[in-house]
Amino acid sequence: MAAGGGDDLKLLGMWASPYVLRVKLALALKGIDYEYVEVDLKNKSELLLTSNPVHQKVPVLIHNGKPICESQIIVQYLDDAFPDAGAPLLPSDPHDRALARFWAAFNDETLVKASNQASWGKTEEEKAEGEKKVLEALEKMEIGMRECSKGKPFFGGDDVGFVDVMLGGFLAWVRATDAMRGVKRFDPDATPLLAAWAERFVELDVAKALMPEVDKLIEFAKVLQARAAASA
Amino acid sequence: MAGKDDVKVLGVVVSPFAIRVRIALNMKGVSYEYMEEDLTNKSELLLSSNPIHKKVPVLIHGGKPICESLVIVQYVDEVFPGAAVLPSDPYDRAVARFWAAYVDDKMFPPMVAFLLAVTEEERAAKAEETLAAMAQLEKAFGECSGGKPFFGGDSIGYVDLALGSNLQWLETSYQMFGVALLDAVKTPLLTAWAKRFVEADAAKGVVPDTALAVEFCKKLRAR
Repeated sequence: MAAGGGDDLKLLGMWASPYVLRVKLALALKGIDYEYVEVDLKNKSELLLTSNPVHQKVPVLIHNGKPICESQIIVQYLDDAFPDAGAPLLPSDPHDRALARFWAAFNDETLVKASNQASWGKTEEEKAEGEKKVLEALEKMEIGMRECSKGKPFFGGDDVGFVDVMLGGFLAWVRATDAMRGVKRFDPDATPLLAAWAERFVELDVAKALMPEVDKLIEFAKVLQARAAASA
Repeated sequence: MAGKDDVKVLGVVVSPFAIRVRIALNMKGVSYEYMEEDLTNKSELLLSSNPIHKKVPVLIHGGKPICESLVIVQYVDEVFPGAAVLPSDPYDRAVARFWAAYVDDKMFPPMVAFLLAVTEEERAAKAEETLAAMAQLEKAFGECSGGKPFFGGDSIGYVDLALGSNLQWLETSYQMFGVALLDAVKTPLLTAWAKRFVEADAAKGVVPDTALAVEFCKKLRAR
């Protein structure tokens, strides 16, 4: 089901960005049509700079000329602005909504931050500390999965929901770094629910259609590592 | 013995995160039991209600805890009738969420770093960062308020809560270090807005005296 007649939707993105992937997943789950514009982050377009002057980052959703920024905000906007486009990603019960928002915030503020430190920390010590924080965060995320899913396949219950999309956006990178490190980030022994969820998520039609190829991400990661080493 | 509608707030009087929750509850006319936490000796209730972060604020509604201030504020907005905190238009909601996140991600961290800085150098650097964020927020105020008294328009809204709950700390920066992070010359709109915010009914009695914030800051710096 396309966006309502007369809706002009553009998504400014970058192919490797997990945050952009979140928005693509949400749009696909809702069956909303849009124009995708790949942005060169080393040579930011006028459109990006005027649409997101504060952060100059992707993703940016431009709806009928009006920009919306920040992936979590964009996805909630899609729920609000397209109420007839499939089921909302946030649950309807206010307490469940609060739980979903809590765990989405936890993912970004704790798990992702720790992952970035583990992968990109300036010293081996920093990276090791990051790794420790990642393992702690994953244990907590496992609790989040139990709380939100209540025994069902997804954080959203029977169907993919808000937290699934927020965490799911990172799964391509998780697979890439798993391959590079030879370790499973979602360890079925340490975090069985998350491990099962990850397997399930990547099998979704929308995930298969939209997730960037792991090989391309590995190549890109090597480029990023070289750049980081050069500027150290 | 939790009644199914009982509302409890675990907080710290000077915490912007707790302050915004309490003002939201006041906006809705919801009575609640307030419990002040000693963060150096956290209560059993806090530890069991927020096992993941062990932080304030926590809202406990009918025995069920909700954590993370902006999550709580949205919950309060959705559950209790009365003045709307978030606007109803989807685009306006997105803009409000954007600026509230900006306050917490770009204004609050350098402000805290400023207050806890050990060297003059660090203090100067963090002041610059905070002032840059305040300059953005000044612009945002112009855009969001549309000439009205608050970010939320005629009355307090989501962004007002996010930024207004930090006012005692902005004032502390001046009282303790002589640096006006809320500067009447640099950010005149916000300066005028701040006066209106603290005078609003819902905010009265919740935004604490700067003296309390100064005392809290001195204790933190001493540790």
